[in-house]
Amino acid sequence: MSDALLDIRGLSVHFHTPEGVGRAVESVSLSIAPGETLGLVGESGCGKSVTTLAVVGLVPSPPGRIVAGEIRFQGRDLLKADPESLRRIRGREIGMIFQEPMTALNPVLTIGRQVAEPLVAHLGMSRSEALKKAARWLDRVRIPSAASRLGAYPHELSGGMRQRVMIAMAMICRPRLLVADEPTTALDVTLQRQILSLMAELKTELDTAMLLITHDLGVVAQTAGRVAVMYAGRVVECAGVRPLFAEPLHPYTQGLLQSMPRLGAGRGRLHEIPGTVPAATDPIGGCPFAGRCPSAFDRCRRDDPVLETVRQKRQVSCWLYDPSKQEADP
Amino acid sequence: MAMGRYFKNLNFSIGLALSTMVVVMALVSLFWTPYSPNTMDAHHRIEAPSLAHPLGTDQYGRDQLSRVMVGAVNSIIVGLMTVAIGMGAGIVLGLTSAWGGRLADEAIMRFSDLLFGFPAVLSAILITAVMGPSAVNAMLAIGIFYIPVFARLTRASALTIKGLDYISAARAAGQEEVAIIRRHVLPNILSPLIIQATVQFAVAILAEAGLSYLGLGTQPPHPSWGRMLNEAQTFMELAPWMAVFPGMAIAWTVLGFNLLGDGLRDILDPRLR
Repeated sequence: MSDALLDIRGLSVHFHTPEGVGRAVESVSLSIAPGETLGLVGESGCGKSVTTLAVVGLVPSPPGRIVAGEIRFQGRDLLKADPESLRRIRGREIGMIFQEPMTALNPVLTIGRQVAEPLVAHLGMSRSEALKKAARWLDRVRIPSAASRLGAYPHELSGGMRQRVMIAMAMICRPRLLVADEPTTALDVTLQRQILSLMAELKTELDTAMLLITHDLGVVAQTAGRVAVMYAGRVVECAGVRPLFAEPLHPYTQGLLQSMPRLGAGRGRLHEIPGTVPAATDPIGGCPFAGRCPSAFDRCRRDDPVLETVRQKRQVSCWLYDPSKQEADP
Repeated sequence: MAMGRYFKNLNFSIGLALSTMVVVMALVSLFWTPYSPNTMDAHHRIEAPSLAHPLGTDQYGRDQLSRVMVGAVNSIIVGLMTVAIGMGAGIVLGLTSAWGGRLADEAIMRFSDLLFGFPAVLSAILITAVMGPSAVNAMLAIGIFYIPVFARLTRASALTIKGLDYISAARAAGQEEVAIIRRHVLPNILSPLIIQATVQFAVAILAEAGLSYLGLGTQPPHPSWGRMLNEAQTFMELAPWMAVFPGMAIAWTVLGFNLLGDGLRDILDPRLR
């Protein structure tokens, strides 16, 4: 897709640890169209966060290193950009929301200063002008009596309020892309809904694309247009939300969906995927899911599958859907 | 209000009271002392405390109270200057160490180890011996030995802040590194530094008294508590007040600032509460 806003191709991020090279992200390809929301799901340690850190150029290095791939944002490869122009893109073109609203705000600076900061840094606004705009934004993210909150410190706000502040900070420069790393994980369920709908609302209003990282399939179903499922550092499946939930192709995605508790599904043990995720330092040999996959066959243990487009607009990385034998398949 | 929390702490309150008295005494001495601290009076040599001379006089008939008062100025300047040298250079080096990558970190920290390796008083004697005994050189010598103290503390505190989300958030918001350090790191590591500063302030006063006692610090006739102790030594049996009062002044001041530092630590360090 050449009209993509963000186009990640073959991204590999390795971590050099005393235990060996950890392949945190391996040949990941993703793309997000302008205004689109892509949900990136997977369990802890599957490489979701590292992928997003790579997008904003904040992979901790050392020990992390981007060993291959390109990240094109508005046609420009971010991995080749110099630090200064990357800095200009961060906060201006790409906004980011973090998981923990409790720790993502500086405890010794007022809310107003922190929200206004990107305006001063990127748009060269004067402090008083920026503060005025910050007050409008606090109002926009529905913080009650916004103007009086400008002088408040983070510890005076609740978790949900802080996350609203984070959203204001991330969106205040009207970025083209919003990267949200588990924005609602630390919040309780009712707040989760409010925050998600606030994000969705602002996103539509500003026509911002969103990369939403989460391990909560419910959140994805509610917000995303397309979903990419990651497992052991790779994207194993990528599809529109509806087709993915209606008919998951990859055995891992199937397992994930079956593991979701459902209302009215009766008692009984919840489905689980047997086995554990291979360590990132394990050598690659075949599909990383092969050891846990109910439908694994010889080839899965021998060759590493790649993400292929199957059917219309669906991508899956699994030998079950090998295009060469697709005709034979029903 | 918030200050109530401070005064509930006994260490802090006593420390603040003691050190405030010293500071007030020093300030008063700038405008007024009972006698001129350096004027000799042959008729009143080695006099015991009396109404005219509350702390007695020394072997030259100089008024001890006036000299103790002026000595407080000396001690406070020493405390301020040494902490300024140590803290100023230490913060810069510590932040460079925490932010500047492996090589800078190793270089700075090994240099700190080197400085730490020498006994501080011995090295201060070395420096003043080489550069000549004077109050300024004594301050420099003590100040230089404070650099690694503050550098290590800054580095350690900065490293804990460095990994926090709001630093990543500031980066993700496209702020410049220098701005991140200035606005997000420094204000957050200030409280341990301030605590350390009050403690080092007290240590510096003690160290300068030691150096002056050895004749390597403040030079006569300028009054300094350490120097006064040295001169009183000869007359210990004849005129104990000559040693007792400057000694008390040193103990009082060091105790005051140490308690202040301890109190501040208790108040500002949430882990100890």
